Amino acid sequence: MRDSLERVLAPLGALVLFLGAWEGLTRGLAVPSYLVPPPSAVLTAAASEASLLLVGAITTGRAALIGFALSAVLGVLLAILLAASRLIERALYPYTVFLQTVPVVAIAPLLVVWFGPGLRAVAVSAFIVSVFPVIANTLAGLRSVDPALRDLFRLYTASRWARLFKLELPSAIPELVTGLRVASGLAVIGTIVGEFVAGFSEGSPGLGIVVLSSYRQLRTDLLFAAVLTASGLGLALFASVNLLGTLLLRRWHASELQP
Amino acid sequence: MEKGCRSRIHAEPYERMSPPANPSASSEPPERANGLPTRRTTGIGITLTAVRRFFKTGVEAIAPLDLAIEAGAFVAFLGPSGCGKSTLLRLIAGLDQPNEGSITFPGGPAKRALAFVFQDPHLLPWRRVLENAALPLELTGIGKPERTERALAVLEEVGLADAAQRFPRELSGGMRMRVSLARALVTEPDLLLLDEPFAALDELTRRHLDDQLRALWQKRGMTVLFVTHTLSEASYLAERAIVFSKRPARIVADRRLTLPAERNFSIRSTPAFLAEEQALYEALVRGEGA
Repeated sequence: MRDSLERVLAPLGALVLFLGAWEGLTRGLAVPSYLVPPPSAVLTAAASEASLLLVGAITTGRAALIGFALSAVLGVLLAILLAASRLIERALYPYTVFLQTVPVVAIAPLLVVWFGPGLRAVAVSAFIVSVFPVIANTLAGLRSVDPALRDLFRLYTASRWARLFKLELPSAIPELVTGLRVASGLAVIGTIVGEFVAGFSEGSPGLGIVVLSSYRQLRTDLLFAAVLTASGLGLALFASVNLLGTLLLRRWHASELQP
Repeated sequence: MEKGCRSRIHAEPYERMSPPANPSASSEPPERANGLPTRRTTGIGITLTAVRRFFKTGVEAIAPLDLAIEAGAFVAFLGPSGCGKSTLLRLIAGLDQPNEGSITFPGGPAKRALAFVFQDPHLLPWRRVLENAALPLELTGIGKPERTERALAVLEEVGLADAAQRFPRELSGGMRMRVSLARALVTEPDLLLLDEPFAALDELTRRHLDDQLRALWQKRGMTVLFVTHTLSEASYLAERAIVFSKRPARIVADRRLTLPAERNFSIRSTPAFLAEEQALYEALVRGEGA
């Protein structure tokens, strides 16, 4: 009980101290609000522009979710394909690394050309940024199946499908969850970057657009509020993946064991 | 050999004995709660002819080896670590192929059922005990009601009926090994291969499992090949012990143990038992120097 109370109170206390110091310093040193707004100004901006931020969160969240889902599905499928044979892995894996290294800001205009501005291009941007950790981690999981269990499946002449669904994929779940955790944060980052280039400013603008327009108007308080909302989105996605991982693994995997 | 005689009595492979016809059924209470009779097998014989195995590095694991194992035998393989005993077991299981020579199973049924027990339990950690024990049946395409029934029966045989719904990590090392044994037995194999199965367990648990294994063999009659480091375990369990030299594996000694069929802990202090153990020890020393 004391432990769980401390678990909540300790970070909360740190936050209050941090915000207090921030508020005190910006006021005390009379820092102009367009440079660093005090937390109270950010809060006020967030309250007065609540509907703008909410719409932004929904638009950005939807694009991030679509990109993340694409990463999860296509990433796992690609990992299965790469794990199917050494030859396929050798032929294709170097190009999946390309997905990791491609500067998405630079190719975002290309995405607009291919997919048109708006949701599709933004979601593809989120996908490109977040798919690699899913592929790499799932592949590592598929490759590190206990060799004795492989022997066991061979002994009972298990089919390729039985091996995949009853041995390799379940073995890879811990690594897959790790990949999804990393991908969840990256998907939101990819969405914001995609919106900078490919987002609509009319209709229901995403948080990336809110960031851009408040920057142009030097509304730093609103900019802070939009960035925090975007972080909150990433956090929510991350927490959902964590919950999924706990549900999947709690009965058997060391990473989720209760002390 | 007594085992041979018993094998001839039950000459029909895959015959399902009705309980009254089973000689052990009259003296013992029914083994299975669901009334399924335990299938007796005659086991299968194994003939190795000039089997040779060397690895890519040029290291010879098994020198040309001839060996005949009769159906229904309980044979212990002894030898120094890394001498090729495990390789030999894998060759017999078909998990590895010899470079030269052949391995045949004379007189066995066309479709052989064999099972392998590894050094460690190697269970699927995401499955409950019952689903682990039923895995071989699942992989060979047997329907869920039948495989659940058979897995429960075999879990009861190894004393784990209460643990059927638990996950492997909730079990002790000895219990996990028994799940592994249950998984091997669930297909009612004609040939059971065990690669130092109880080596990691404490002495008490190991002796308990030794007793269980021998009782299962006496009841079911399959051929058992048992790799071990432990001389007393080999003499306690087996009817025949084969001692290998250090790599490449050659047979240093092939002994039929002259011990009574009924074995319990008191046998370990009899002169006959100690003599067998001593003979195996001397063979092991000879093999080390070879």
